[in-house]
Amino acid sequence: MKATVQREPSTANPRVPEFVSPVVNIVETKDGYVLEAEMPGANKAGLEVTLENNELTIVGHRHAEPLNGEALLHESHSADYRRVFELDPAIDTARISAQMEQGVLTLTLPKSERVKPRKITVD
Amino acid sequence: MNSLTRWQRPELSTWAGFGRLTDLRDEIDRLFEAPLTEWARSAQLLSGWTPALDMYEDKDNLYVRLELPGMQKEDIELSLHEGSLSIAGERKGGEKAKDSEVYRAERFFGRFQRTVTLPVAVAVEKVKAQYADGVLTVTLPKAEEAKPKHIDVTVS
Repeated sequence: MKATVQREPSTANPRVPEFVSPVVNIVETKDGYVLEAEMPGANKAGLEVTLENNELTIVGHRHAEPLNGEALLHESHSADYRRVFELDPAIDTARISAQMEQGVLTLTLPKSERVKPRKITVD
Repeated sequence: MNSLTRWQRPELSTWAGFGRLTDLRDEIDRLFEAPLTEWARSAQLLSGWTPALDMYEDKDNLYVRLELPGMQKEDIELSLHEGSLSIAGERKGGEKAKDSEVYRAERFFGRFQRTVTLPVAVAVEKVKAQYADGVLTVTLPKAEEAKPKHIDVTVS
């Protein structure tokens, strides 16, 4: 059975989602958080990471070169990736760093120095 | 948020409805009677990693595309056997580091395998695979002859 897949603009069919949520792993250590988001088909050029009022938004635009020909099987999404996170106020937003490799975005969110547990010596 | 939040994407739906208690009883009996190997297989069905696969065809080639973010290309194995393309591999990682707390663990790790039957014969020696931005694209040029050959080939 052959099927032809057509890409329709999202305004034409309101039920087609504009964005799909990427799968994430979030881990907390005493120094900060590490967030990994899977966005296959997106690369550094199509990535937007924005911070507003303690909300972190990650958007990954897919740069899918349209495959020629007819689709025989189509399980992947064609929508772009988007997910929003509310940040722990302990995070030092000025020191957030990001890396992107093979479709995985890794964000390192360190905690502010003054929030980390520290020993106070007594004279 | 101090609790461990572990969330698996539901791949299969569970049994529907509480009404038929006798069926439930049968199911449980069957589960306990089945040999352990069946348990292992059904557990994998529920929580295994099945990456999304696309297959396209134009007049000269077949294309198979698989979403495999975060892999090393050495950990991806491709093989062609009797008209089926098999893609398998293992994604390392996912061990919990010491002194860390996991808030979300949605990513799958471990082995995966997808096998797809190719609708036409392909020229095995001309098959090419590329891995970029977490997507594996396999280009399989169609064979000149219509007759399928039985060839055991591993392309890596």
